[in-house]
Amino acid sequence: MNRLSWFNTVSLTLGFAFLYIPMVILIIFSFNESKLVTVWAGFSTKWYGELMQNQAFLDAAWVTVRVAVFSSTLATILGTMAAYVMVRGGRFFGRTLFSGMIYAPLVMPEVITGLSLLLLFIGIGLDRGILTIVLAHTTFSMCYVSVVVSSRLVTFDRSLEEAALDLGCSPAQAFRLVTLPIIAPAVISGWLLAFTLSLDDLVIASFTSGPSATTLPIKIFSAVRLGVSPEINALSTIMIAVVTVGVITASLVSKRAMVRQRQEEQAAARTE
Amino acid sequence: MNSTVFAPWDDPQAKPLIQFKNVTKRFGGFTAIDNLSLDIFEREFFALLGPSGCGKTTMMRMLAGFEQPSEGTILLSGQDIAPVPPNKRAVNMMFQSYALFPHLNVWDNIAFGLRRDNMPKHDLEDRVEEMLRLTRLEKFARRKPHQISGGQRQRVALARSLAKAPKLLLLDEPLGALDKKLRQDTQFELMDIQEKTGTTFVIVTHDQEEAMTVASRVAVMDQGKLMQVATPDRIYENPNSVYVADFIGDVNIIQGRATSTGEDTYRIDWAEGQPPLTATSANHFSDGQTCHLAIRPEKVTISAERPADAVNAVQGKVHDIAYLGNLSTYYVELSNGIIIKAQTANTRRISRRSFTWEDPVWLSWTATAAVLLAD
Repeated sequence: MNRLSWFNTVSLTLGFAFLYIPMVILIIFSFNESKLVTVWAGFSTKWYGELMQNQAFLDAAWVTVRVAVFSSTLATILGTMAAYVMVRGGRFFGRTLFSGMIYAPLVMPEVITGLSLLLLFIGIGLDRGILTIVLAHTTFSMCYVSVVVSSRLVTFDRSLEEAALDLGCSPAQAFRLVTLPIIAPAVISGWLLAFTLSLDDLVIASFTSGPSATTLPIKIFSAVRLGVSPEINALSTIMIAVVTVGVITASLVSKRAMVRQRQEEQAAARTE
Repeated sequence: MNSTVFAPWDDPQAKPLIQFKNVTKRFGGFTAIDNLSLDIFEREFFALLGPSGCGKTTMMRMLAGFEQPSEGTILLSGQDIAPVPPNKRAVNMMFQSYALFPHLNVWDNIAFGLRRDNMPKHDLEDRVEEMLRLTRLEKFARRKPHQISGGQRQRVALARSLAKAPKLLLLDEPLGALDKKLRQDTQFELMDIQEKTGTTFVIVTHDQEEAMTVASRVAVMDQGKLMQVATPDRIYENPNSVYVADFIGDVNIIQGRATSTGEDTYRIDWAEGQPPLTATSANHFSDGQTCHLAIRPEKVTISAERPADAVNAVQGKVHDIAYLGNLSTYYVELSNGIIIKAQTANTRRISRRSFTWEDPVWLSWTATAAVLLAD
């Protein structure tokens, strides 16, 4: 192992501090005994207990999870279809326009996306609730999925699909039996991305949610406007924990798969 | 041993398995295949040979069904295959990249095509085991494609494409990814498997040695046209054009003017101050017609003295020697600057070699050794 120079040590420390001090403070204060957020009064987990009693938060959490699952699933299906058409569809009328427009929501200010969706829902007389949030989240996360999936499809060996056709598959079977299993990791990471985006979203959800359905970010945001409570800190800590566990698991799994594949390839080459 | 020679192309009664009839294929403004007609017979091992971009892969992809001819028809057993999609054709293809399904193991890769036909489970298992035996892959059945070597992957691809017992197997540069030694072994394996299964093979390759080794007939292609279709020995010994003579093997081409000196015999005046050459040809040349004399280097004899009975003899000095181990090629420069290659088998040790650089030598060949070609 190389020893770090003092310059690198300082850079590293500053970088990590900048990124994580706010979160560390939040986590520490979630175990604060006192109701006052800025005064430490000893260790306690009572705010976690109180959180579990808070029906409004639990409802909001349940709404958020349902919205995230539905919208990311829908976005994955639509986004994969869009990616497939753009990479494999060849040239068709309006292709350039279509591929440009599918990425446009990536750079569109969320306020505008939210506002336009709100106007649409009012225009067609759709009552705002879970359904409208799901539709809104699908709309903006679909383009992220299609970016992830199409980058995988670009490097996909076309002859694999041709081989499937050659061996008797209909085009639909070839997609289901060969293409989909091979691009599955990209589809899954697209789904995870859409899921996370939906969990996080505050702006678009606040435009499209109604009194019947409030997501967790909206709930937290409105609670904080009345003053930060240790309960919010506890809730945020749980969310950080969930995300951390998810990210670490995903990276461990993919790293182990990569290492194993490399070992097996080396072993295969030796038997030549 | 089979005493009758396999040559259905000489039999006017024989029915071709595949017929290209005036097939043209255009990609936009580019003509990949130009009004091409060709018959391929059952049980043939047919090689399409040519430089990259000559249209050989397009021919194969039209047979597999991935491309449609722009004009003309392709018949398989007498039936037009244009309206038949790839998944309904009794044709299978072995891809250049092998295109093994990475998420399936060797066994499932081979079974893939059989499953699409809803073959009964028991028959399917027997068939896969048979294919594994044929390609000596029994030990690797449960491995994934990335867990086996390149040569083994090549055999899996072959087994998978043969499993459905196609009428026609297409092989797209099947040995391109293998190193030379393995490639040679695999060529004989391919011929063996082709003979055992009796399947018609069409192979696409740019490697002329490979085509000559495996094929019953070779089609030399250039720019979407067939230059010559014949058995390997005829392609080599009797090329019909300068292009084919030059593409297959090593050759000396001498340009000159033909003058008839008797039946099928011509005198060729080819350079100032050089004696005229004599060559026989069944094709007619008019007096004074420009012609090309193609002589294989191994048919040129190199000697210190002028052989007394030589019909054709020219003098020069050794310009360069390419030592290949079993053979040596002498590059002999004539007085007018032309270089002629002569090849000899190194039957003696190198220290006993007769000629070295700058030695004056005579090159000679018989009247029938060379092929006389029109422009």
